[in-house]
Order: sequence, then structure tokens, then C-alpha cells
Amino acid sequence: MPDLMKTPPADEPEVALAPPSGKAAEAGEVGGARSLWGDAWRDLRRRPLFVVSGLLILLVLLVSAFPGLFTSTDPGSGDLTKNFLGSPNLTHFFQDDWFGYDRQGRSIYARVVFGARNSVMVGLGVTLLVTFFGGLVGMLAGYFGGFWDSLLSRITDVFFGIPFLLGAMVVLNAFTDRDVWVITGALAFLGWTQIARVMRGAVITTKHADYVMAAKALGAGTKRILFRHVLPNAVAPVIVVATIALGTYIVAESTLSYLGLGFGSDAVSWGADISDATQDIRNNPHTLIFPAGMLSITVLAFIMLGDAVREALDPKLR
Amino acid sequence: MTITEKTADVPAPRSGEDKSGRLLDVKDLHVEFHTRDGVVKAVNGVNYSVDAGETLAVLGESGSGKSVTAQAIMGILDMPPGKIPQGEIVFRGQDMLKMSGEERRKIRGRKIAMIFQDALSSLNPVLSVGYQLGEMFRVHEGMSRKEAKAKAVELMDRVKIPAAKQRVSDYPHQFSGGMRQRIMIAMALALEPDLIIADEPTTALDVTVQAQVMDLLAELQREYNMGLILITHDLGVVADVADKIAVMYAGRIVETAPVHELYKRPAHPYTRGLLDSIPRLDQKGQELYAIKGLPPNLLKIPSGCAFNPRCPKATDICRTDVPPLVPVTERDGAELVGRGSACHFWKETIHG
Amino acid sequence: MGRYVARRLLQMIPVFIGTTLLIFLMVNALPGDPVKALWGDKPPDPAQVAQIKHDRGLDLPLWEQYLHYMKGLFQGDFGNTIAGNRPILDEITQAFPVSMRLAAMAWTFELVVGITLGVIAGVRRGRIIDTTVTFFTLLVISVPIFVFGLGFQLIFGNELGWVKPTVQDSENFQQLMLPALVLGLVGLAYVARLTRTSIKENRSADYIRTAVAKGLPRRRIISRHLLRNSLIPVVTYLGTDIGALMGGAVITEGIFNVTGVGNLLYTGIARREGAIIVGIVTVLVIVYLLASLLVDLLYAVLDPRIRYA
Repeated sequence: MPDLMKTPPADEPEVALAPPSGKAAEAGEVGGARSLWGDAWRDLRRRPLFVVSGLLILLVLLVSAFPGLFTSTDPGSGDLTKNFLGSPNLTHFFQDDWFGYDRQGRSIYARVVFGARNSVMVGLGVTLLVTFFGGLVGMLAGYFGGFWDSLLSRITDVFFGIPFLLGAMVVLNAFTDRDVWVITGALAFLGWTQIARVMRGAVITTKHADYVMAAKALGAGTKRILFRHVLPNAVAPVIVVATIALGTYIVAESTLSYLGLGFGSDAVSWGADISDATQDIRNNPHTLIFPAGMLSITVLAFIMLGDAVREALDPKLR
Repeated sequence: MTITEKTADVPAPRSGEDKSGRLLDVKDLHVEFHTRDGVVKAVNGVNYSVDAGETLAVLGESGSGKSVTAQAIMGILDMPPGKIPQGEIVFRGQDMLKMSGEERRKIRGRKIAMIFQDALSSLNPVLSVGYQLGEMFRVHEGMSRKEAKAKAVELMDRVKIPAAKQRVSDYPHQFSGGMRQRIMIAMALALEPDLIIADEPTTALDVTVQAQVMDLLAELQREYNMGLILITHDLGVVADVADKIAVMYAGRIVETAPVHELYKRPAHPYTRGLLDSIPRLDQKGQELYAIKGLPPNLLKIPSGCAFNPRCPKATDICRTDVPPLVPVTERDGAELVGRGSACHFWKETIHG
Repeated sequence: MGRYVARRLLQMIPVFIGTTLLIFLMVNALPGDPVKALWGDKPPDPAQVAQIKHDRGLDLPLWEQYLHYMKGLFQGDFGNTIAGNRPILDEITQAFPVSMRLAAMAWTFELVVGITLGVIAGVRRGRIIDTTVTFFTLLVISVPIFVFGLGFQLIFGNELGWVKPTVQDSENFQQLMLPALVLGLVGLAYVARLTRTSIKENRSADYIRTAVAKGLPRRRIISRHLLRNSLIPVVTYLGTDIGALMGGAVITEGIFNVTGVGNLLYTGIARREGAIIVGIVTVLVIVYLLASLLVDLLYAVLDPRIRYA
């Protein structure tokens, strides 16, 4: 039979969720309390995608936190005699010439290692900011509804109306000294609407769930309902979207660098290196491939992580 | 794009194979699901049959395998994870499990139709009911859009939906629960199939509407002389409608009997438990009986009789030997037609 | 329906005012002085600076400048450029058709290729084709778009010579093909991902089970029952992406030398020509608002539950 013609067997989920019957429990059978997250975690650990992306992210975080562990070469010091020197020596693991040298004779390997921090910090910083502020706006709008919803939703619409990249360009152009904080702030200033919308939708769905109604009927206060009942259940889609968005913020930083609106030229960042390398793409593609490759792998890892979590949380997608 | 395929060439009953007159014969059917946690044995050797004009009620708790059996008959099981390792489903003398996907598709809807429990989610929310009803005629009989719509109105009249002509272009969410279930029934009835499988057709409805829908279903069944498999967990629904009952537990049939016999003299402790847990007016004030324990975990069905952990009469043999479904007789050995029980102590249960 | 449209139109007014105000503030309240910038590295003459500012109303309080600006806007006056003192409307009307053509082509790519890939992947879940599509879309999203732009330009333009590396004639569809593909690539990936997820979610719906039980052929189940329900979220994305495509063309237009809105914006930002930026954003916001209105109406067509709510 064609595989489209599938429906989950009506009886199966109930079976899977049934607590162990007397005898099975005695035998120490699996299947105890299974929460959404607990179930998701059990599912995730068996997904190669999740394991690979998780390990990659850990590695990238380690490199950004302690670049000195991976190379002792100064990424800023160039030796012009090594200008574009040869193609990368892929067998020279962790040595300066592993990835070759750039136009100014700087070790590309060292630059990739030291460039991780800025890119990752922008990605993480923007994600934290938008998740907090966007989440707050979305939660308030979704939970209180009425006037607050109209007001906050219109404000969200206003920010959403400005194309993300364009707005970021305008803001960043006003700063001559662009460091991590400026770039993070600019991207967060324009990027929070996505999370706000997702959060609002999730809160509205959760708000009408029976268990929230029950908590209300039992006389739980607004704060308790919001933080104990609504938030924990509405947060899943937000986490998924935020994880995927983290990757796209890293891409956005590199794009802004390409436009000359990212990190200053003396800062070491993947974005700046990629945009530098675009001038040499024709004759020395290795100057582009390594920083762009590292950036893409990092972004890929975050998006795959988000996808894996989404599929684990949504039984329909399994 | 319109795909209309004539389905006139449905396998006709071949005279030689159809002597029994049986419409449907399920033989030793097994269904299992391969999940992350292991193999769920949902159906473990089910046998039942339905004749034309006959109503078989399949009774059981959720997880007893009653719906899975129906989906296997219908050919709408999720495969994988579902698997049918063993068994036959003989419809008009032919084993449907050996047919090609296309052959089975032509039987679905035309010869065997199904009514689902939740009509709101089972009807497509973005297509009008007239379209969804008419689709049966367009696909299986190659009718034009216009003819099909006229047929849809006719069908809606047939299931007593008021103002059918005006409502044919309405969408499922615009109907009440009872009316939606009538539309589901109309859809199943469209091509006057030989067999209808109704999976808890009234569970989602108000009590007052339940009787109306059940009566309609019974009336139409008589009129068209169709076989009906009625899946339910509600003993009350069954009594008036069914001819015979099969009680399922943990993927097996534990008792079969003509409907009134079963109510009078159950031959399995599980059936007895079910009957005792129906609230009765004449026992007002007494504590309501409930079968203790929970339905079995199908990943790990108890050894011996699956019901043994919950059975008040269980002894050692119940924990080691699986009781087969044996014919049930009177005390003197006289045959009780159509009765069977899968209990080591059926004699004590029915006679003692 | 008419009342619904009227209400949506009314709701658009505060958003329109808010967005134009926001971009106006962003452009004008942030540090940097466009008039002084006219002098480049040389020290500007304070008297002349003051004169220019006075002539352009740049010495007024910001809210007054905004009011002036909006008033002009309703009369079709977007103001003049600071450098060269040319009407901004002329520049915009020159650049817009080019970007519109490019965006329309990119959007068509997104729609046709994105949905097709998404449907194929969603229907054949877990198969090789699903994995391939998923990986391709992930790759597209995680590689910065200028890397694709430059890479394609190098490979198809310079090395293979299939297309001209840069666009010489912005009315030539063949020349616009590659830039449009690059521009639409990310959106295409998102459309494919959305469609795939949506199809995967819907295929286990009860009404699909019903459709199977009705004995419908597989093709009909997909095209009539599965697709229509699954495309509802995709329509939202495609609708809001029209505006984003026109504004987001900065990179693509830069690489392929297309003289469209993106290019104009880039010069505007670099030269701090606030009026150009605000003017373009204003037009983009109108496009965006109209597109979302269209999406809402399309929603009502696709989903009767909304139509009769």
C-alpha cells in the first residue's frame, strides 16, 4: 500500500501511554512517568542528527570560549612573505598552515579559531535578547488579550514591517565603532518580532487548554497560572524557533560584514574574513572556503538542533 | 485535475468460493506495531465473520485491538509501523491481504465503507460536504460534478438532514455534531456497500442524539441488507442493534455470543465484569462495580490468559496457559449456537 | 467580507504611520550628519551648513520634520536628495520597476520550486529524496547568500560562460535569471521546509484517513485533500516575502550590478540620505501591508472556517 495511506492506529497511543500494569511494574518495566520533555529527550538521544549537531555546537562553544587551546598563533599577525602561500596543507592538523594563509599572510586556521567568538557571541546574544523581550511581549499580548493584545500586536506589526536586513543596515550605519554589543543590539532591536508572534500564538493556544481552565477554576492567581501552567507549555515552539533563528543571526552578521556594516576591520570574525575573502575568490578560493565553511557548519548545527527538537516535541512529525 | 476511475471491475463473487454465504471472514488475524519501545501486539489471532444483513458488535476497552482489526479490514493501517504477520481477511471469498493496492482501493468505499468516531476531524474542513459526498460518485462512478452534487443532495435527504438542498454547499464546521455524523453515514452509504464498519459512531455525540443516529444506521442497514460491524465500548448501544457480539481483550476475542444470550449468561469473567459495571436503576444506592486494574500493556502482555491480573477467579493455570476460544455448551452438553469463550473456567462462569 | 476588508484597512493605518515614523526616527535620530558629510574630509562651513539645513527644514524638531514629510508624501512629494538636490520620487520610480521584475522572478522560483520540493519531501518522508531536499534547504539557509551570489557568478558567469556575469540590461529576462535565482534561494528553502513540515503534520490527520477509506486514488488524496490544507501556512510566508524580496535585494543587486531599489538603498545608507531610505521603506511598507491584506483574503478563500467566523 502506498505509504501515504497511513493513520496512526487509533489504539496505539493509548497503549503507549498506559502506565505499566501491576505485573509489569513489579518487573521494573519501563514506561513510568513520561512528560512531553522527558519523552522528547528519550527520542532525541537516539537521533543521529541531534547527537551530531549537539557535539558540533559544544565544540564551537569550546573554541569560542578558549581559542588558546586550539592555536597559539596570533590571528592578527601577518607575515607578508606567506601571502596566499600555497594551498592549504590538509594533513598538517592544527598547524598554522593547515588552512593556508590569506592576502596578508595571516594563518587562516588561527583566524577561524579566533573568529568563532565574535560570531557565536552575536548569535547567542541576539537570541537571548529576542527570546526575553519578544517572549515577554508575546506572552503579555497572548495572555491578557483585548486592549493589550491590540496594542502590542500593532507595535509588533510596526517593527515587522521594516525588512530585517535593511533596518539593521540603517542602525549600524550610524555607528562608526561597531563592536559585539552594537551589532547584537541592532539585530535584536529588529529581530524580536518573530519570537513575539510565535509566543503569542502558543500562549493563546495554551490559555484555552483544559488544565489552565482547571487551574483558574481552582483559584490560582494570574502569576501562578502564567508561570506554572501557561509558560512551560507554550515555551516549546519558542525554543525551536529561537534555536533556528540563532543560526540565521550568525548569517546576518556575516552579510552585514560583507556590506561593510559589520565588525570593524581590526576585529577577527568569520563574517569579516568571508567578506575580505570575496575579493580573492577567483584565484585563492581557500581564503573563502574555510571561514565560510566553519560559519555554515555552525549555523547548520543550530538549525539541525532546532529541527530535531521540533520533531521530538511534535509526535505527528515523528 | 480530475481523476475519475471507473471501478466496475470489482472482484465479483465466484460461485465456487462463496458457498458459505459469508460476506466477511476474518481468520487468525495478527497485527503488530514496531515502535521505539518494542513490538506492540495489538491483535493476536482474531476470528470473526459477518453475513449480509447481519450486525456484529465488537466490544472492548481502548487498546483491546477492536479498532486496529477494523483498520486492517479496511486496509488503512499505518504500515509501517504496522505489520500483519499472519492471518486472512476473506471478503466475498477472496483474501484481501493478497490483493494489490489498487484492487483494495477499489473495494474501499465502494464495497466496504467506514464510519469514524469524530466526524468533525474526519471530514475535510476546507471542502464543502456536498463536494466530499459527491467525490464518492465522481471517483468510483465517473459522474460529472453536477450529477454528483445532485446525488449528494439525495444522500443528505436520505440521512434526514433538513434543508439538504440549501446545505449541500456548507462546510463541516457549520453543522451540529449529530448532523455531521449523519453526513459521515451518508458518505459511507453513498455507493450502497456490502459492509459498513462503524467505529464508535456515537461516542462523540450527546446522549439524546446517540439514539437517533443509531436508529438511522440500523434502519438503513435493514433497508440495504448490508453487513455491519459496530465497534463500541458501550454495552448499552449494542443491545438493540446487534445480532451477535464479540468481546475483545488484549487483541483476542474472549467471548462470542448472540446478543441477548451474552447479557443473560456471560461465559467469561471479563464480560461479566463489563456487565456488572453498567449502572442500573434497580441497584440504586449500591456501590458501582468496577473491574479492578488497568488494561494490559500490549508491549508486555501477561503470560497465560491476558486478563489474569484483573480476574477475580484467576488460578495458577490462568497465569501459564493461554485459554483457546472453545464452544460453550449447556450443562448437559447441548450446543449453544454461536457461543464461545476463552476462559479455562467458562463452565463455572456461565453455569455456576 | 466587505466589512472584514474595511476593518483590515483601518488596522493598517496605525501600522503604516508607526513603521514610517520608526524608520524616520532611526534614520534621523541616530548620530551622523548628512549635510556635513557633503564636505567630505574638509571642514564644513558652519554658515553654509546652517543655510542648507534651514532650506530643507532640517533644523526643525524631529516630529515637525516627520509631519512635513508625511504631508509631502500624500502629495506625491518624497523630498529631494541632499547631494544633487534631485527629486527622490524620480529615483524611486526609476529603480522600482527593475526590482519589481527581479522580485517577481525570485518569488516565482520560491513558489514553484519551493512548493514542489516541499511536497515531494513531505509525501516521501524518510526516503532518500526527503533527506536530499532537507539537506539542500539547510545548506541554503546556513551559507551566507553573498557566498552563493559570488560563487554562482564565478562559476556560471565567468568560468562556464552560460550567463553574463553582470546584468547589462535590466529588462532582459535571461540576464535577470541568475540574480533572481540567488535572490529567491533562501525563500525557496524556507517555502520547501514549511511545505514539508505542514504536509507531514497533515498527512496523519483524520480527514486524510477518511479520504483513504473512501477509496480515493493517491493522487487525488494529495492534490485535493492534503495539499490545500497544508498550503495555508505557506501562503502566509509567500505573502509577507514579497516586500522582503524587494528590500532584501541589496546584496544581489550589488553583486550583479542591477540598478534597482537595493542599489539605491545602499547609496542612501552610505551617504546618509535619510529621505531616500525613508522613501523606499515607505513604499516597501505599503507593498508589505497590501500583501498581508491579500494573504488574509486568500486565507478566507482557502479556509472556510475563517470565512464564516
